Amino acid sequence: MLGKNKTSVLQRDRKPAPEGSFIEQFPMFVMAAPFVIFFFIFTIVPIFSSIFFSLTSYDMISAPNFVGLENYRRLIANDPDFMVTVKNTFVFAVVAGPLGFLLAFMLAWLVNEFTPTIRAFLSFMFYAPSLVGNAYFIWQVAFSGDSYGYINSLLLSLGIITEPIVWLKNATFLMPIIIIVQLWQSMGVSFLANISGLQNVSRDMYEAGAIDGIRNRWQELRYITLPSMSTMLLFSAVMQIQSSFSVSAIAVTLAGYPSKSNAVDTIVSLMQDMATVRYELGYASAIAVVLFIMMVTTRLLVGKILSTVEK
Amino acid sequence: MAVRRFTRSRWGDFINVAFLVAAGLFTMLPLIYAVCTSFKPLDELLIFPPRFFVRRPTIGNYMILPDLMSSLKVPLSRYIFNSLFISMVSTFFYIIIATMAAFVLSKGKFKGRNVLFWIVQFALMFNAYTLAIPRYLIFAKMNIIDTYWVEILPHLASTLGVFLAKQYIDGYIPNALLEAAKIDGASHYRVFWNIVMPVIKPAWLTLMLFAFRDIWAAVPNGTIFSEQLKTLPQIVTQITAGGTARAGSSMAVTVIMMIPPILVFLISQSNVVEAMASAGIKE
Repeated sequence: MLGKNKTSVLQRDRKPAPEGSFIEQFPMFVMAAPFVIFFFIFTIVPIFSSIFFSLTSYDMISAPNFVGLENYRRLIANDPDFMVTVKNTFVFAVVAGPLGFLLAFMLAWLVNEFTPTIRAFLSFMFYAPSLVGNAYFIWQVAFSGDSYGYINSLLLSLGIITEPIVWLKNATFLMPIIIIVQLWQSMGVSFLANISGLQNVSRDMYEAGAIDGIRNRWQELRYITLPSMSTMLLFSAVMQIQSSFSVSAIAVTLAGYPSKSNAVDTIVSLMQDMATVRYELGYASAIAVVLFIMMVTTRLLVGKILSTVEK
Repeated sequence: MAVRRFTRSRWGDFINVAFLVAAGLFTMLPLIYAVCTSFKPLDELLIFPPRFFVRRPTIGNYMILPDLMSSLKVPLSRYIFNSLFISMVSTFFYIIIATMAAFVLSKGKFKGRNVLFWIVQFALMFNAYTLAIPRYLIFAKMNIIDTYWVEILPHLASTLGVFLAKQYIDGYIPNALLEAAKIDGASHYRVFWNIVMPVIKPAWLTLMLFAFRDIWAAVPNGTIFSEQLKTLPQIVTQITAGGTARAGSSMAVTVIMMIPPILVFLISQSNVVEAMASAGIKE
């Protein structure tokens, strides 16, 4: 009896552990562990602390004081600044988000047609603005309000305007200018992801497609390219949502905070002002939570749209 | 590879090239301007009407940088070393950690895998600025404020990296390939290292670029006080805040800061091309 048991144990040991069992999947847990640990400490814990702080009044000096939903009530009922920033942020998200997504894909798609050397050169051109960190302050020179500004100087010499325009203090021009600079700065990440996605679409697919009667580049795009890189498109969409909802540094650098008529004040600018100037950390955290909810909702919507487009 | 495909019309080609040129001017002009301005002598910086290109280039703006930084307590080389050391170490571990996690999230077979991926994806939506305060409190608890650790550890759990690598593995590593490797007796570690990593080379080279760029430009807020632990971006802001007369030097610093990420770009992209070419031979 005992002997029989022993052999059966040995036999079980020789067989590989069944697919999906804990033992068989153990290496997977080991490989995921470093990420999960760091992610938990530096992201999950801070997110939950932010949610906790959003229910308190906290100035970093005295201990947080629990106030329930008061911060949220104040945000929605009592803060006209917040409503303005929500409106501006939505304009950025609706205009700069999809524009950046389309532009990044268009450029990657066109660049992908060239030989590797030219492709590398073009990729460099389009990715360069994202490479250089905070170089967007250079745009200040272009949009400078006196006749030293490059755009004013150009328009003056062409006779289109007679007086220099104070671009960055003009509520009508501010929004388009910040959108342009935001696109300039943020498109690169999606662009490069699309490039690496496109390069992995098999050449055979295109040849097979041509035999199957694909006649022009639009059909090729629709039936071969887009379906084979749907995963990269989702990545790119998520990145664009993330960056267009988080516009702030560019607007604050170029237009200041608060900007002329609050034209380009965003949720993130308001939040930073609350946290670093007014030390209302509880209130700033509530703003972060609301922004998070807005972004997640948009993310779910875009996921829906992309999956219906795929079908 | 670059054979002209018959699905292309001449007119379409023309419009595409025109579009690319316009987009290229848009992206490159500000950077060309920065390079030009960094070589302008003082009188050209103040000239009216302003001129885009430099007429009599000088390296004066670069030469005075050491003087502008002379108030520093440690030599400039120390800042450069810190920046390079932190960027390279963090980038290396960032890639390994992110690709391993992405492989597990894409191909693991255990309960909770999808839930974990949803959490990762949505964490990407939480604004980094608000995380700064709770993170600061965590650094203080861990007792790593004012050490190299605080400049390295927070970069290692990148949701962006995991997300990109996961999308890539989902899209380009068929399950059949992994089944075949398993039948041959390869362990999960070997599958990851010998099969997945080579195939997703374009993805992790791209990640290398994203990571290096972000970490290179990162300014730790309020977590580093010792002068000998500071990085280049922290001292650069002192110079760029100098006003019109310093415009040349501030552009010179900007240009210097651009160089390492550009080098990383060139290394990563030339390897992407190579990786694609070798994949082509295998087909």
